[in-house]
Amino acid sequence: MIERIGAFVVAGLAWAGEVGLFGLRALREALRPPFEGKELLRQLYEIGSRSVPLIAVAGFAVGIVMSMHSRSSLERFGAEALIPGVLAISLAKEIAPLVTGLLVSGRVGAGIGAELGGMRVTEQIDALETLAVDSFKYLVVTRVLACMVAQPVLTTFMSFTGLVGGFVAETVISNLSFRLYFDRAFSVMEFVDYIPATLKTTVFGFIIGTVSSYLGYNAEGGAEGVGRASTKSVVFSSILLILANVVLVKMILFLFPDQLR
Amino acid sequence: MSTIEAIIRFEAVSKSFGSKRVLQDVSFDIARGSAFCILGRSGTGKSVTLKLMIGLLKPEQGRIFVEDQEITSLQARELPPVRKTMGFLFQNAALFDSLSVGENVAFPLRRHTHKPETEIKDRAREKLAQVGLENEFDKMPADLSGGMRKRAGLARALALDPSILLVDEPSAGLDPITSAEIDRLLLNLKSERDTTLVVVTHNIPSARRVGDEFVVMHEGQFIAHGTAKELDQSEHAVVREFMKSVGGG
Repeated sequence: MIERIGAFVVAGLAWAGEVGLFGLRALREALRPPFEGKELLRQLYEIGSRSVPLIAVAGFAVGIVMSMHSRSSLERFGAEALIPGVLAISLAKEIAPLVTGLLVSGRVGAGIGAELGGMRVTEQIDALETLAVDSFKYLVVTRVLACMVAQPVLTTFMSFTGLVGGFVAETVISNLSFRLYFDRAFSVMEFVDYIPATLKTTVFGFIIGTVSSYLGYNAEGGAEGVGRASTKSVVFSSILLILANVVLVKMILFLFPDQLR
Repeated sequence: MSTIEAIIRFEAVSKSFGSKRVLQDVSFDIARGSAFCILGRSGTGKSVTLKLMIGLLKPEQGRIFVEDQEITSLQARELPPVRKTMGFLFQNAALFDSLSVGENVAFPLRRHTHKPETEIKDRAREKLAQVGLENEFDKMPADLSGGMRKRAGLARALALDPSILLVDEPSAGLDPITSAEIDRLLLNLKSERDTTLVVVTHNIPSARRVGDEFVVMHEGQFIAHGTAKELDQSEHAVVREFMKSVGGG
């Protein structure tokens, strides 16, 4: 039994090492010409712009729910005026980065895993190589970079739509004005609340892009293999993202002790 | 075997996948401008041989030369210049399904030439016209039949006017008439452009139409090498049986 667990852990670590090297290769290749600018822009559109509706709706709904929960807790202490500030800080520091990460890993991770997996099993990746195109740079590097760039932007967008959702919930109940709501929200916010938490999502983007590209690029076994690559992309990137979040939050608290206030 | 005009040369090449030996100490030359057919049953290493020629796979042992350049010693990033001289038609065409047929053909031109956009599109249309698909420029690969996809794949493989064309199972999954059309296109290329053809197939009638030099692969080795007539008279039972077959693909 212990042997089995040990073998499982070793296999897991070996896999993580392989994925890590794959990601580092993507970063290294990103600095080496030729640069795939056009394909990077196309991926930014696919991964970033096309995720906007999902992020907007989810952020709006999360903002409403958080506002309702905050009100039920804070009104006991007569502290309803703090609701916008509580909402702004919790969205910026944790809720928006994590929820955006998980949503993107679902939409984009599955998409990359399936797309690259499909290309692998139908020999389209080999076809790229025969056309004298570096398939790793063209397919993997562009997707990893697009995820890293899109993630902080989408996170900021979710924070904003979350605040708007919170405002709608608040104004229905307390008739709070738009200006007063946002004044109260931003009066307690500082850049140190927003910047490190948003930048950590670049790491989330790296994880999503790397894991899903790795699984798709190395897919095998026909349609079943493509399905496996797609499912695993979501599962593994979500888990790794949540685990990485623990480490990143600890690092942020260590590097920016002001956040403990 | 003459080595003077060899455009592709294999020297004692071996390739394995895990414990399975697919090619065992294989050596041969392909003469410039010839149509070289690799015959054999499924799973005998024909497609592997083709992929070794263009550097998609690396052998464990032996050396491979293309146009006198040893490709087995090249790094991945040194291969593109060699690959630009070669075209590859995949068994299932391997068209990029996110691009239209015309964009598929224009893709290598955009990547490797500095021609203006209008010229690239004209050239892509011209290549599609060569394979009889001039009206399918804007269609998506999923909207084409198997034969049309294969012809579109051929147009893309020819976009950069390669001096060597590698063709994997040109008649697989096609009806005899479409298969004969593809063969005619290949023959035209050979006669009009002096393109060297390397064709992997187990369709003997198709091979007889296209090829002028044949090898038969069996269990990772070449068991026969020569013209169709020489192979017809082979003393090897597998070769004789193979050459007698009338269909395939």
